[in-house]
Amino acid sequence: VEGAMQTDAKIRTAGGTEPGPQGPGCSLRHFACEQNLLSRPDGSASFLQGDTSILAGVYGPAEVKVSKEIFNKATLEVILRPKIGLPGVAEKSRERLIRNTCEAVVLGTLHPRTSITIVLQVVSDAGSLLACCLNAACIALVDAGVPMRALFCGVTCALDSDGTLVLDPTAKQEKEARAVLTFALDSVDQKLLMSTTKGLYSDAELQQCLAAAQAASQHVFRFYRESLQRRYSKS
Amino acid sequence: MAAGFKTVEPLEYFRRFLKENCRPDGRELGEFRTTTVNIGSISTADGSALVKLGNTTVICGIKAEFAAPPTDAPNKGYVVPNVDLPPLCSSRFRSGPPGEEAQVASQFIADVIENSQIIQKEDLCISPGKLAWVLYCDLICLDYDGNILDACTFALLAALKNVQLPEVTINEETALAEVNLKKQSYLNIRTHPVATSFAVFDDTLLIVDPTGEEEHLATGTLTVVMDEEGKLCCLHKPGGSGLTGAKLQDCMSRAVTRHKEVKKLMDEVIKSMKPK
Repeated sequence: VEGAMQTDAKIRTAGGTEPGPQGPGCSLRHFACEQNLLSRPDGSASFLQGDTSILAGVYGPAEVKVSKEIFNKATLEVILRPKIGLPGVAEKSRERLIRNTCEAVVLGTLHPRTSITIVLQVVSDAGSLLACCLNAACIALVDAGVPMRALFCGVTCALDSDGTLVLDPTAKQEKEARAVLTFALDSVDQKLLMSTTKGLYSDAELQQCLAAAQAASQHVFRFYRESLQRRYSKS
Repeated sequence: MAAGFKTVEPLEYFRRFLKENCRPDGRELGEFRTTTVNIGSISTADGSALVKLGNTTVICGIKAEFAAPPTDAPNKGYVVPNVDLPPLCSSRFRSGPPGEEAQVASQFIADVIENSQIIQKEDLCISPGKLAWVLYCDLICLDYDGNILDACTFALLAALKNVQLPEVTINEETALAEVNLKKQSYLNIRTHPVATSFAVFDDTLLIVDPTGEEEHLATGTLTVVMDEEGKLCCLHKPGGSGLTGAKLQDCMSRAVTRHKEVKKLMDEVIKSMKPK
């Protein structure tokens, strides 16, 4: 049984060095990822983005209830538990977003009439919650060995009142922003898998945010690769 | 023979139509179903609207009641939307607590109201810190044939335009609210958000206004909510196949044309209503 591998990485683009509020299209916060830390689930991961932390566990492919089974694919289920309180309608909406994103990349046809369950627990929320959930879910799926046709990552952009773009905003930046856009991008050709937005923005701003998110996703995928290399190189 | 093929291989059947750039019901890929709207049909509600998008039917009823404003925003009222998908509208829904689809739709409508600032919540305040209006918006689907989000957004907008609130004054001596039913005024609707939904097929083809069967066969969906200045209130893409930036641009332009169609329809209906 392999022990947990801790991987830290400071992501920076050409200009920025410090994580935190920056100018257009700059640095993401400090990333950290830990895999295989839970003993019961088939795969587990803990993903940290700045102060936001999500713990993910994946069970699957496992037995599925007859009422939920699909004859030619695996049934994906996502459970998102908030830090405090009972899950509400907002959690259901996020679960649907994460589930549909995973369904687009997981090769469900290789495991028909089975269920793959992803359980996400919010440990701390300091901005970019949905993006962190997506990243944790992806690493946990890889840790569980679920076959996927691509990896995916979540990136959040915030637009403030004078149009400046901030990637990976903190909770304070999100609250003060005019619009917050969250995208899920795939690793093969950076196509848009999922998008959910809050606030008003123009078409041009959307394209600008999408381009910035695609550039940022390269860093996230590089981080995934490094952390997985570090995990498997010592075993 | 076609019916047999459709049952056995629904996706292939549908692809045959897509190859000819049309759909089984005869529409083009960028064409919406016939939209009809009926305003003010529920007399017991303060505002109501019934929207039919082809077979999909959604009715919205708005009731206004009094409430104490929230402590952290004493000059704001509330708008509480709720989407109900009863077993009446489709065999896939069971009776009981709201299923996932209904909850996601309710959250979507709440987000659209919040993002587009369709009503200023400050307008709903009667007396800061003491009394405010709360608008309960109940959207009930009567017939589910795909594209529920577009129908709900349109029904909500039409019903909000129909709402008339009576004048309320606070009596200083008794500190009670006095409602004057004879003086009623319409709500101040600041923007007109209109939703346009697309279904993605085989990772490349985009079709507008999917029916129930098309939604089931689609590999992804996308909903764009736009207001009249071309600003986006919501870009809702819950997973599914990937899209490039260029494809998104096409969706935006289609959404702009759709907004004009819907606005024209709504202006006609409002004008045709007899003033009370």
